[in-house]
Amino acid sequence: MSDDVKLGGLAWHLAVLSLTAIGGGVVLVAPDVHHYVSVQNHWLTDEQFASMYALAQAAPGPNLLFVTLIGWMIKGWLGAVVVTLAAIVPSSCLVLALGTVINRHGGGEGRWAGALRDALAPLAAGMLAGAAWTFLSVAGAGWRGIVLALAAAAAAYTTKLNPLWLIALGALAGAIGLV
Amino acid sequence: MQDARVGCWALFKVFSHMAILGFGGVLPFAYRHLVERTQWLTAAEFGQLLSIAQLLPGPTICNLSVMVGQRYAGAAGGFSALAGLLLGPFFIVIALGAAYQGLAGHPLFVSAMRGMSAAASGLILATALKLAVGMLRSTAAKPAAQGEASELAVDVARTLRWRRSTQIALLVAAFIGLGVVKVGLITVVATLVPIGFLLFAFVWRKP
Repeated sequence: MSDDVKLGGLAWHLAVLSLTAIGGGVVLVAPDVHHYVSVQNHWLTDEQFASMYALAQAAPGPNLLFVTLIGWMIKGWLGAVVVTLAAIVPSSCLVLALGTVINRHGGGEGRWAGALRDALAPLAAGMLAGAAWTFLSVAGAGWRGIVLALAAAAAAYTTKLNPLWLIALGALAGAIGLV
Repeated sequence: MQDARVGCWALFKVFSHMAILGFGGVLPFAYRHLVERTQWLTAAEFGQLLSIAQLLPGPTICNLSVMVGQRYAGAAGGFSALAGLLLGPFFIVIALGAAYQGLAGHPLFVSAMRGMSAAASGLILATALKLAVGMLRSTAAKPAAQGEASELAVDVARTLRWRRSTQIALLVAAFIGLGVVKVGLITVVATLVPIGFLLFAFVWRKP
């Protein structure tokens, strides 16, 4: 199979997934992308995969860009561009299509939207926890990694500290051998 | 409210600016730029667009940028705002990726990355926790108001209990499906969203 076909497969996969990632942001595609990229095709190791998300979190801008990094690791600039477009264009087109209606009539307040919101809130929370678990189980940091993640979660939950500091502290904890 | 003179270039610039500033999350900067500085949106409009952006698939902040851009300059405006949001950070993450590849053999760097990944998972967990706590608050039992017919109050309390149990069940099912059993996002969403929607729309409606 040629490289172009591989990239096309990943792009198609992402395009479909991005339309399914509702309620919790694009990080929800992570478990599937991990399966596709690391388990099925062995393009990235588990640790590389987890690192891509951590790097994107350390950079400014939407976390969506972790898929950009995955594309870049697999096939350079072309990979980065194709994968980013695949992850963002379909959902944006959907928003544009619905936006005409929303801008004209308003929306998001009615009974149906309310019920959808009620359903999505717990699902988003559960799926996000599932995605966090995926990253944690592939990061190769063992039980000490779990402790560090829980500490970071507690700090992010209870304080208004910029997440960037927690990422930096995590790197420090790793560098001095705590994890 | 609606200023027709906001063009594609202005949209691109404003969204680029907030994206580059948005270390650790763009949303707070989006509020500052869109509501306070440019006054393209009122606080209420921002809240409304944000809640729609969260309901739709795709990254919330990108959906928001597309909606704001579209409101001022049509589809081209939507894509201009989105491009502004992504272009700068795109090059920054790739620079980080290049640094990562350059340092990949260094043992100290490898252990630092391990700690960084664990902390990043913790941040996702914190977001999940915030959503879960906000959700449980919304279905918490309210103290009965003075003079309220007690039968009605009992009814409301029962509905709230059911709503809360349903939410917890959905949360656990979503976690197990996506994270533990790994049945895939599409299966999880296609099964649980309709179930949750039907239950909340018809069986246990908001009292």
